[in-house]
Amino acid sequence: MTLRSDAAEIVFEHVTKRYGGSDRPAVDDLSLTIPAGEICVLIGPSGGGKTTAMKLVNRLITLTDGDITIEGTSVMKMDPVELRRGIGYVIQQIGLFPHMTIEANVATVPKLVGWDKARTRERARELLDLVGLDPEEYAKRYPAQLSGGQRQRVGLARAMAADPPLMLMDEPFGAIDPITRERLQNDFLRLHREVRKTVIFVTHDIDEAIKMGDRICILRQGGKLAQYDTPEAILANPADEFVADFVGADRGLKRLGLRTLGEVDVLASSPSTNGDRRPEAGPDMSLRDALSLMLTEGSTELEVRGDDGGVRGYLTLEAVSRMLGEGRDEARR
Amino acid sequence: MSALAAAPLAQSGGPVIPNFGRGDDCIRNNGKFCLHWFLDNFQQRYLPRVGEHLKMTAIAIVIGFVIAFGAALIAHRHRRFELPFANVASLFYTIPSIAFFQIMVPITGIGWTSIEIALVSYTLLILFRNILTGLREVPGEVKEAAEGMGLTRRQILLRVELPLAVPAIIAGLRVATVTTISLATIAAFITPLGLGAPIFNAIQSGANTEFVGASLLAIALALLADVLIVLTQRVVSPWTRARRQSA
Repeated sequence: MTLRSDAAEIVFEHVTKRYGGSDRPAVDDLSLTIPAGEICVLIGPSGGGKTTAMKLVNRLITLTDGDITIEGTSVMKMDPVELRRGIGYVIQQIGLFPHMTIEANVATVPKLVGWDKARTRERARELLDLVGLDPEEYAKRYPAQLSGGQRQRVGLARAMAADPPLMLMDEPFGAIDPITRERLQNDFLRLHREVRKTVIFVTHDIDEAIKMGDRICILRQGGKLAQYDTPEAILANPADEFVADFVGADRGLKRLGLRTLGEVDVLASSPSTNGDRRPEAGPDMSLRDALSLMLTEGSTELEVRGDDGGVRGYLTLEAVSRMLGEGRDEARR
Repeated sequence: MSALAAAPLAQSGGPVIPNFGRGDDCIRNNGKFCLHWFLDNFQQRYLPRVGEHLKMTAIAIVIGFVIAFGAALIAHRHRRFELPFANVASLFYTIPSIAFFQIMVPITGIGWTSIEIALVSYTLLILFRNILTGLREVPGEVKEAAEGMGLTRRQILLRVELPLAVPAIIAGLRVATVTTISLATIAAFITPLGLGAPIFNAIQSGANTEFVGASLLAIALALLADVLIVLTQRVVSPWTRARRQSA
């Protein structure tokens, strides 16, 4: 069977991986369902088995116990080579083929699965375009002629070339400078909204996990599942001390970072009468930044602008603090 | 005085000493290198030797490469074979060359077979090491990406590992070829073949020009082969010259 669809649901059923000679499992009885089209971030301390868990999916590592299914078919029932050709694979060190041009790199999997030349070429160029590299300029270059960020864009294009329903990404932006990383993250999220694929994304950076994940799967030492939920829910209600520690003492702030001013209710009129020092902010600003702005400006409220630039309403410090509380109550029910 | 006295004798009774032709001063005085004589004798004395020399070298390199390549592929897949292969090749490499040619004579006789067995043996160590190193030095992440994308082991070898090993393989071919061209002159120790023949001949007769001419030709062949191989490498692996331009 070959994987061909827009996105695939992935189910881990009591998955265990024990490396030969070791009685402590690397992944221990992991069960989770990743809905089709979502980005699931695997995160945890080193030794948490996150990369192992990911590589069990394309069978670069063979599972010891349990099962992983893609759209209901067990990966163990598929030919590993066929399975991998249907799964996009991106790694931190990128692993572009240095002896092939950028276009040939991107065309790897289409060529393997027998697309004709014209279609392969067209697809490679389309993908370069999609990841923000001008095909005219870059198609005939070699990887050594690109910057790290550009190379990872090519790595992304190569992984998506044959339109796989599932992508595995192992710390894809881990070796890239912070500014380029942020740009790549944003571009990938935009791309993901266009081409909904199921993505398993490994990282050790909690901020990246919160930003990229529709769901986050936190693994603890020994490959045990600590918590699997949406970023919002994990930040609002960490399952235990370990998760609370892991997401950090500033989890409230991180949670505020998930919502923008455009998404929250605001007061129709200013509650204060002496609002001479009242900063203003547009709808795209996160609540976290809005809070920071109020604190910096020494103000207890903020004038919120709408998409059209006109005043939409007012947000107070109290309202922000109340929102944090509300979230927790809701999730506790 | 004696020269004057001998002259009429020579004229009347023909030369006692064989006549070497119109030899100019240079060749009569056995000068270090007489270009005239060299050029006059090139086609007749040297060209066939150059041909033999090239043939000797080419056969040795081709056979040596096939053996070393096969051995390197096996050692690449199964590490345990590396040491035995390398040891055998090293052993061959340590045998003094004159002795090696001589050792072969009672076994395979005087001729091409003996020469090639010795020459091939000397290529093995360099070729085996370079091919194996080339294959081993393919970055792990490149292989991981290839495997993760669904290339089979055979495809990884043919499409990724071997092309990436080409610079190392060709570097080995360069050294092996230049070494073999040089070593092949010693083959004339057992039978007059290749550019070694005029060299050995000149060592006996003390003819400087014959000696220097043959040596210069051997050097020229080695340099030419080297340049040709480097050019081939550039054509075959253009990516090695691609460096990051200020984008």
